[in-house]
Amino acid sequence: MDNYVYRKFKNNLFFVLCFLCVIIAIIPLLSIIFEVVVRGAPQLSLQFLTQPPSEGGIGPAIQGTLILIGLTSLIGIPVGIMSGVYLAEYGNNKFATWMRTFNDLLTEFPSIVVGITVFTVVVLSIGSFSAIAGALALSIMLIPIVARTTEESLKLIPNTLREASLALGVHKWRTTVSVILPAAKSGLITGTLLAVARIAGETAPLIMTILGNQHFFLGFTQPMDALPLRIWRSALQPSAAVQAQGWGGALVLVLIVLSLNIGVRLASQGRLRR
Amino acid sequence: MRMLKLNSNNNAEEMLMENSVVTDGKMQSIDLNAWFGAKHVLKNINLSVKANSVTAIIGPSGCGKSTLIRCFNRMHELVPNAKMTGKILLDGRDIYANDVDPVLIRRRVGMVFQKPNPFPTMSIYDNVAAGLKLTGMKKGKNLDEIVKRSLEQATLWDEIKDDLKKSGTSISGGQQQRLCIARAIALQPEVILMDEPCSALDPIATAKIEELIVSLKRDYTVVIVTHNMQQAARVSDFTAFLYLGELVEYGDTNGIFENPRNELTEKYITGEFG
Repeated sequence: MDNYVYRKFKNNLFFVLCFLCVIIAIIPLLSIIFEVVVRGAPQLSLQFLTQPPSEGGIGPAIQGTLILIGLTSLIGIPVGIMSGVYLAEYGNNKFATWMRTFNDLLTEFPSIVVGITVFTVVVLSIGSFSAIAGALALSIMLIPIVARTTEESLKLIPNTLREASLALGVHKWRTTVSVILPAAKSGLITGTLLAVARIAGETAPLIMTILGNQHFFLGFTQPMDALPLRIWRSALQPSAAVQAQGWGGALVLVLIVLSLNIGVRLASQGRLRR
Repeated sequence: MRMLKLNSNNNAEEMLMENSVVTDGKMQSIDLNAWFGAKHVLKNINLSVKANSVTAIIGPSGCGKSTLIRCFNRMHELVPNAKMTGKILLDGRDIYANDVDPVLIRRRVGMVFQKPNPFPTMSIYDNVAAGLKLTGMKKGKNLDEIVKRSLEQATLWDEIKDDLKKSGTSISGGQQQRLCIARAIALQPEVILMDEPCSALDPIATAKIEELIVSLKRDYTVVIVTHNMQQAARVSDFTAFLYLGELVEYGDTNGIFENPRNELTEKYITGEFG
């Protein structure tokens, strides 16, 4: 009987420990959000969101981040999805096995290394920091994530569906484009947008590619500002006013990333319920 | 499953003579052998399928029934590590000849699978039209007629004629299977292979499909794999009994069920093993 009491105690203890750890994990997240909102919210105003830093705003940074998201998606999503299709639909060979491992490594690659590589290869050869270089660096980070989610979404599609189409005398590429990809659509969209949200907050690859400046968009081959960079530079300034601008920028960035995340989750939930 | 010793011979020529019930075969396998990796699943199968008839392939699980018909439309080779030797003739021409594109063979030899597998992202109409649309065959007004005729032949038209826009997976399992048959028929194949088409259906849906199978032989040659001996007796003109990858007996269905020549066949159809 003593043994029983001890075992029951252990059972409860285990639960309490797990619960405590969840609390410990969530405290930093909540305090970050709290801090960002408390310090950033007073900054928000139309002028702050639309004017350049000379007028006390972060307009160019917001514009730059949106341009980066667009350009990166344009380069990274098609390449990522096609790579994922290769791995899932044509990936029954040694080459693909190696690529899969390599792809997983890339997913966890230090972003500063990606930045310095793009700096060496693109920025130095063009001779200027540029929006394009930044989008390339972010694409390099986006592609492996999208490829992985695509492969996983396609693997979930039952083989019977592929066979149904092939047995009709439909070629494999047609089967993939017209049957398999549409069936995997919701997973693909969710995975891709979450990947975009993840790279939207990257800072390290941008320092050596778009550099950051005070101006609105000057051209794809010119330096550009972005929210993570603006936050970083503001935080390094001694002026309290500029630091406060940094907090405002942080809040805007968090809002962009969170709304992408939450929006996607709500949308995909609605799809499942239907 | 109890292992029984095979006492039939597997000499190809003698087998063909023995199986001389069908000499004007629509499809014919000659010395067909098939493997999954090192596993030898079909051994020297010589079988000739008569045009405009229903041929049933019966035998215990794992005897190679499905593999056999999947060789008939070149689906077997899609499985990784699958291998095959021998010939399969369609109207006297080897479908495994080097200059034959499997995609074209699958247009002439349609297939219905064990589990109903309509395309979930397509409407009922598009499911039926899928074979034609995805192979770039038919566009425009002709399509409506083909869809209607195929659904009529599959005895589904009256039940779903007002719901053509609904998703292909929104109807009952039995209706889905008839939809899959309509999808195969729409391509006007010469041969329709059915891989245990009723195994996932209830008795009423099964009865409907069986009725449909009998009516199909007017226009098509049907080969059906079935687990269910009563079903073979009800729908087929000829029956082939497969055991451990060998063709034990083949002949007209009445003969096989009433007066089997092979002891093993008799034991199987009387339910002594299976």
